[in-house]
Amino acid sequence: MNLYDDAPRFLWAGDSAVVIQFGSDISPLLASRVHRTTRALETGNLPWLVEVLPSYRSVLAEFDPRLISPTAALDALRGIVKAIDAPDCLGVDEANIENNVVTIPVCYGGQFGPDLDDVAAHTGLSPGEVIALHSEPLYLVYMIGFTLGFPYLGGMSPRIATPRLATPRTVVPAGSVGIAGNQTGVYPSASPGGWRLIGRTPLRLADPSADPPCLLRAGNRIRFVPVDEPTYYSMGGDR
Amino acid sequence: MANMLEVVNPGPLSMLQDLGRPGWMKYGVPPSGALDQEALTIANLLAGNPEGAAGIEITYGNFTARALAPTVLACAGAWAPVHVDGVSVPPWAAFSASPGQIVSIGAPTWGVRVYLAVRGGIAAPLVMGSASTYIRGALGGIDGQGRALRAGDLIATPDPPASVSGATAPACSVTARAVAALAKRQAVFEIAHSPESARASTSASAGCAIAVRVVMGPQDDHFTEAGRQTFAGEEFTLTNKADRMGLRFDGPAIEHIHGADIISDGMPPGAIQVPGDGAPIVMLADRQTTGGYPKIACVARADLDLLAHLRPGDRVRFVPLSAQDAHEALKQEQAASRVPGRALRIAIDGVEHVVALFELQ
Repeated sequence: MNLYDDAPRFLWAGDSAVVIQFGSDISPLLASRVHRTTRALETGNLPWLVEVLPSYRSVLAEFDPRLISPTAALDALRGIVKAIDAPDCLGVDEANIENNVVTIPVCYGGQFGPDLDDVAAHTGLSPGEVIALHSEPLYLVYMIGFTLGFPYLGGMSPRIATPRLATPRTVVPAGSVGIAGNQTGVYPSASPGGWRLIGRTPLRLADPSADPPCLLRAGNRIRFVPVDEPTYYSMGGDR
Repeated sequence: MANMLEVVNPGPLSMLQDLGRPGWMKYGVPPSGALDQEALTIANLLAGNPEGAAGIEITYGNFTARALAPTVLACAGAWAPVHVDGVSVPPWAAFSASPGQIVSIGAPTWGVRVYLAVRGGIAAPLVMGSASTYIRGALGGIDGQGRALRAGDLIATPDPPASVSGATAPACSVTARAVAALAKRQAVFEIAHSPESARASTSASAGCAIAVRVVMGPQDDHFTEAGRQTFAGEEFTLTNKADRMGLRFDGPAIEHIHGADIISDGMPPGAIQVPGDGAPIVMLADRQTTGGYPKIACVARADLDLLAHLRPGDRVRFVPLSAQDAHEALKQEQAASRVPGRALRIAIDGVEHVVALFELQ
């Protein structure tokens, strides 16, 4: 099957933005086209480009109408995508994956993962097996959204899928690692939330005063690495 | 830093806004910024500031502050009475205040958001390059933590003050720009927000709905032909779910083809998303960066600022045009606002004001 039967669609998103859409499902292959296009736009020295926003299967490119007209922007975007969205780029992306991995230490269970036992009970596994399954895969950051630095991850084992809490917590501490249905994620900042909490990372995923303001970006791969409580604290984790 | 104003009463909601923080959506941060960007720009230009200096976005007026130093201020945006120690001064113009004087901005007769600029700009910690307040994300604003203004807050100019660089527009073109922007907003909202209009709409008689130009897409193909006709042919009424994040409308349901879920994707400015109930939601500056409802259309840039002034109960019609036509409309409006036009004379509280003065050839 030719992966590139699905030519990108260019969709108007108002008179100052275009959506470049590569397909209609969620897959690492579509994501690699999204992230390659994102990099090309970001490094393309295009002064008229004001936002480049990658998501699961498309890139939103917003331009400054004072600097370029919609038709000229559309032509320029088509040209850039045509030059880079080709099958022979795929191998290069795959080779870069290992250079692109962010390791996230996680202290699982106990006070940091109050729902670990519930996840184990729901899935019929031991808490240790849940931890092993959660920290095994190389996860793909499909996109960042919802709040500053929140990663939408792909790659979790379906064996540890667990529904959200019936009643969300009013406060989930920053750094909490949770499971919601088939998804896993990390809360970059304290917020209300209904994800099942299985652990917490001492890393700070979001810092509005830093540049860049968050640790992860779309296209990163991440791996969760279990650490014990003393290590968690030695890495600056909050109580 | 020099303290210029002390907030006595922030009214229902007042906060610092500049032209926003574009470029961070990929990290989950919306652009924020003044909802009526042209009005903030004009307030700044009238006050002698650079276009993008931080100003105060005042929602529904009822704002009072005490001057702490001799200062020059300017307002633009919604049409609201402005007083200094009880003496009326023109809205949409610069005025001065002396230490101890009370500056008050009353409830708007039309529009929603008034922008108050302070000569020299307003000092605030820059978060991702902007002073704009993003309340939901707890960032920006007077304290850097996304807080709205409250009584007792001190408004200071930065050190050194924001100043206009050498290449500025001459004063006459500033006022021409103000006249054009005011005329556009007045034409749209003066009748829509008059008490007579409110009576007319409650008695269900036909007044004139506000036309909002839109570009169809990116997901207009998720709707039936009938759904697209409903969207472009019917009127929609703004509910009370209206804030800086978005505007939720009531009206005839816009019909989807296969349900209302898409794979979440990026949220462009002015996106009009339609959830399962078929009622459109227009997304504004504090929108979430991604969303999973199909977007039938996006509001044209030329009309985006007008959304800042819609009130619950206002009726709108969405008028589709092509992206390039929307762009031409924006260019034409910008060009028209940079040539001298007519000064407007507007009565407020029974007193006639000349709103903007400029050299007539």
